[in-house]
Amino acid sequence: MSNARNGYITEGIRRFGAVAIFFLRLLIQCVPALARPRLIVLQVYNAGARSLIIIMLSGFLVGAVLALEGYTLLQRFGSAEALGTAAALGLLRELGPVVTALLFAGRAGTALTSEIGLMRATDQLTAMEIMAVNPLRYVAAPRFLGGLIAMPLLSAVFNLIGLFGAQLIGVWQMGIDKGSFWSQMQDAVDFHDVWEGIAKSLVFGLVCSLIAVHEGYNTEPTAAGVGLATTRTVVASSVLILLLDYILTAAFQT
Amino acid sequence: MTNIELSDKASPPDDDIVVDVRDVQYGVDSRLIFQGLSLKVRRGQITAIMGPSGTGKTTLLRLITAQSYPSSGQVVVLGQDIEDLGGSGIYAMRKRMGMLFQNGALLTDMDVFENVAFPVREHTDLPEPLIRRLVLTKLQAVGLRGAADLMPAELSGGMARRVALARAIVMDPEILIYDEPFVGLDPISLGMILRLIQKMNEALGITSIVVSHDVQQLATIAHESYLLSGGKVVAAGSPQELAQSREEVVHQFMTGAAEGPVPFHYPAPDYATQLMAEAP
Repeated sequence: MSNARNGYITEGIRRFGAVAIFFLRLLIQCVPALARPRLIVLQVYNAGARSLIIIMLSGFLVGAVLALEGYTLLQRFGSAEALGTAAALGLLRELGPVVTALLFAGRAGTALTSEIGLMRATDQLTAMEIMAVNPLRYVAAPRFLGGLIAMPLLSAVFNLIGLFGAQLIGVWQMGIDKGSFWSQMQDAVDFHDVWEGIAKSLVFGLVCSLIAVHEGYNTEPTAAGVGLATTRTVVASSVLILLLDYILTAAFQT
Repeated sequence: MTNIELSDKASPPDDDIVVDVRDVQYGVDSRLIFQGLSLKVRRGQITAIMGPSGTGKTTLLRLITAQSYPSSGQVVVLGQDIEDLGGSGIYAMRKRMGMLFQNGALLTDMDVFENVAFPVREHTDLPEPLIRRLVLTKLQAVGLRGAADLMPAELSGGMARRVALARAIVMDPEILIYDEPFVGLDPISLGMILRLIQKMNEALGITSIVVSHDVQQLATIAHESYLLSGGKVVAAGSPQELAQSREEVVHQFMTGAAEGPVPFHYPAPDYATQLMAEAP
């Protein structure tokens, strides 16, 4: 039993080390990759713009649900007018970055992993190596940077649409005064809250893109290998997002 | 070992030898793939590397292109030991070689033209009109100038391999490596690839290393051939010399006999005993 446990621990440490070394090599290649903004913009489009519809739709629905639940809860304490504040704080600090990151892992993360994994399986990465082109610089770094840039932007869009959804339900359906919905929000939400959301989405962007690119780059070059790597991307990203969310929330409250 | 004595370790470095594999040992996990492998590739020749599946032909290519390193022995490519090369040294060496992958390995998000232009764009600052002319010349050489706008997914297997060949020669390499170039091709495409390998060698003087188990095809083009088996070279010489060899393993390989030193059956327990035994 203890042997099996030790095995898991060793494997865990080995994996962490492998990702850390990959991250360092990737960071070094990000510097020359910055000289090719065209490749990065293309990846921001792939990871960001192509995820917009699912992000906007989810943002709207999350905002609407938040307003429904929030209204019922706040009404019990006679402070339904504070719905704007509650929705804004919930979205900006918590739901915006977290739900965006989870959706990003499922939509863009899997696409990145399977794309790079298939490039590995069809020898495209090896072919680049033989052509004296570093695939970390040409393939991995632009995708990593693209994801890193796209995540905060997607999170901002999610928040915006979420607030719109919350307002739609709160003001139009529940009948809260539109003026107090927005003015209370304006009074209670300060830049610290916005910054918490931005910081979280930057960290999530880094983690999701790193995992997606790492899993794809180190895929076992078979059909089953690519499938497994894609699954690992979603599982590892989701768990890490929630774990890091707790740590970051705790850190921002001290 | 038949016909030609291969490695004379005391001999001084020879300018004529572009790839020199000296007494290489190499293993993956606990499995030893090469045990004292030695071979030489001469400048301007077509050298065939043959052997049954699983003898490490592709692994040998990984060593020659410095993607792996031997656990002992030396691999000297273009006069340099691959283990003495750092990251930039390896890339500098690879710029002098081209490789044709079994499946072409074309970059799937670019069209044929951009695939061939890729190494040029990466390694030079040539103006666009010059790149265009260079790429079209190479595509013309492989007969696919008209396919420049197609995407890799729209190509047949033989066409993809010809595009990959155009890409491999676009930087005018000194060494061209072909990994199983004949696998899965129809007779027409096969003939085309065969003629192209010969043309590249004769017209451009490119040293060619062809890894394949297609004895008949290789016999028509190779100047020199090596037969690998059990982790080392078991025979070397011209294809004709190999065909006449009386050594069992060589004879079995060249004639494609089912019985011989390379067994048809993978090691297994006794057939009757296993059939009669209870299912586990």
